[in-house]
Amino acid sequence: MEQFGIWLAALLTIGIISFLYKDNILYKACEAIFVGVSAGYWFVTYFWDNLYRKFYLGIQGAELSDQIFLWMAVALGVMMLTRLFDKIGWLSRWPLAFIIGATAGLYMMTYFVSNAFVQIGATITPPPSMETIGDKISFVLIAIGTFCGLIYFFFSKEHKGAFGGAAKVGIWFLMVTFGASFGYTVMSRMSLMLGRFDFLFGEWLGLIK
Amino acid sequence: MSGIGVYISLFLIFGGLVTILVYSIKGRDVDRRIIFAFVFFATATAIYYNIEFKETPTTIVKNVFDRLESLPEGSKVLISFDFDPAMKPEVFPMANAFVRHSLVKKHKLYLMSLWPQGQALMTETIEDVIKVEFPEVVYGEDYVMLGYKAGNEGVLNVIITNFRKMYPSDAHNTNIDSIPLFDDVKSAADMDIIFPIGGGKPGPKEWILFVGDPGQVPMAPGLAAVVAPLIYPYYPRQVIGLLGGVKGAAEYESVLRSKYPRFQDVPAPALSMMGPQTLAHIVILSFIVIGNITFFMKRKKANA
Repeated sequence: MEQFGIWLAALLTIGIISFLYKDNILYKACEAIFVGVSAGYWFVTYFWDNLYRKFYLGIQGAELSDQIFLWMAVALGVMMLTRLFDKIGWLSRWPLAFIIGATAGLYMMTYFVSNAFVQIGATITPPPSMETIGDKISFVLIAIGTFCGLIYFFFSKEHKGAFGGAAKVGIWFLMVTFGASFGYTVMSRMSLMLGRFDFLFGEWLGLIK
Repeated sequence: MSGIGVYISLFLIFGGLVTILVYSIKGRDVDRRIIFAFVFFATATAIYYNIEFKETPTTIVKNVFDRLESLPEGSKVLISFDFDPAMKPEVFPMANAFVRHSLVKKHKLYLMSLWPQGQALMTETIEDVIKVEFPEVVYGEDYVMLGYKAGNEGVLNVIITNFRKMYPSDAHNTNIDSIPLFDDVKSAADMDIIFPIGGGKPGPKEWILFVGDPGQVPMAPGLAAVVAPLIYPYYPRQVIGLLGGVKGAAEYESVLRSKYPRFQDVPAPALSMMGPQTLAHIVILSFIVIGNITFFMKRKKANA
C-alpha cells in the first residue's frame, strides 16, 4: 500500500510539472484532483473542528453565557447561508459585517503598537547590540533608507533639488528591497521544487542513498 | 563533492550556458523550456551527487541558537507548526532542528499548530525525531503535543492570557491539568522562548503581534523564504533572531552539528538542499546576465 502511495504521488507530481512543457490533459487531471481533494479536506476539517469540536462538544456542560455565544455563532453561520436565497440574501451581510468589524477591532491596536510605534522606536533608537562596525553601518543605513523611502512617497512637494535627491536615494533603497524580496522568493520556490525532486529521486526512484 | 560525473555534469551545464549566450547574442530567442531544463539538470546533478557546501551561521541565526543555548535546563519552549506539506521542504528542517536542540538542552517542549495540516507534520517530528533520537524523554513531563486548534489569530489572542480556555486538553484528549508540564503554565506569556514556524496566515507575524509584543515573550520565527523580508523589520527589537528559508535552516543545522557531534549522523535536509539551491541560483543568475547582455547589445545595434 505504501508503494502504491509513493507511485501515485510521483505520477501526480510529474503530471503537475508537465505543465512546464505545455498545457496537457495529464496536468489538467492532476489539477482537478488537487482542487477536489483540497475542497474535500477543508470541508471535513471545518466540520470536525468547528461544528463538532467547538460547537457540539463545546456546548455540552458549558455555562449559560458560553452557550449563548455559541448559539450566536451558529445563528451568524446560518445567516451567511441565506445568500443562496434571493429574498432573504441581505441577511448574509450581518455576519460579514461582524467578521469585518471583529477583525478590524482585533488588529487595530496590535498593528498600531507592533507595526507603528515599536517600529518607529526601533528605527530612531540604536539597537540593543552595537558592538561591531557592521551593526553601526546597518543602523545608519536603516535610518537613511527609512527617511529617504518616506520622502519618495511624499507627493505634496515636487521631487526637485535636495528633496528630489533624497527621493532618488529612497527609490534605490526600494529597488534593493524588491530585489532581496525577489531573491528570497526564488529561494522559496526552488526549495519547494527540490523537495519534490528529493521525493522523486529518493523515495520513488531510490537514486539517493 | 567527488567523482568524475560531477565535473562532467557541471561542464555540460556551464558549457550549455555559454552556448546559449552565443546563440542569443546572434539575435535568436531562447525557449523558456530550455531555461527550465537547465535548472532541472543543475539541481538534479547536485541532488544525485550530493553536492554540499559549508554553511557559516550569520548573526541573525546565531542569536537564535545562542538564546536557546543559554536558557537554563528545564526552560519552557513552544514550537508552533504553522505550515502545510507544501511548505515542508523549507521549514520542516527548522522545526526538527529546534526540537533536537531543545531536547538535548533538556528543555520542556510544547508543540502546537494553527494550521490543521501542521498536526500531521508535528506527529512526524514526534515519531521520527523525538521517539527515535531521544527515547528517554517522557510524554507529558518533557514534551506535550497540543495539536491543532481552529481560530487563527483568535487562538493567540486567548492563549496569551489563558492557555486552558483554548486548550482544555492536549491532542490525545488528556486534560491539561493532569499534564505535569502545565503545572506552572497559565498562558503563553509563561514560555521562555517561542518558535513560530511557517510562512502563511496565521503564522509568525501573527505570533509577534498577538503574543510576542503584548506578552513580552522572546520570539524566534522560522520562516518560509518568501515571507522572510516581511519579518526582518521586527529584528532585533521584536524578534531575537530568525531563520529565513532553507538557508537559515541550513545555518542552524550547521551550528547544531558543530556544537553537538551526536547530530553529525542525523539527517540534515536543509544542508543537503543548499548544494542544489546554489547551483540553481547560479543558473538563474547566468540567465539574467545573458538576458541583460543581449538586451544591451540589441539596444546598441538599434541606436547605431
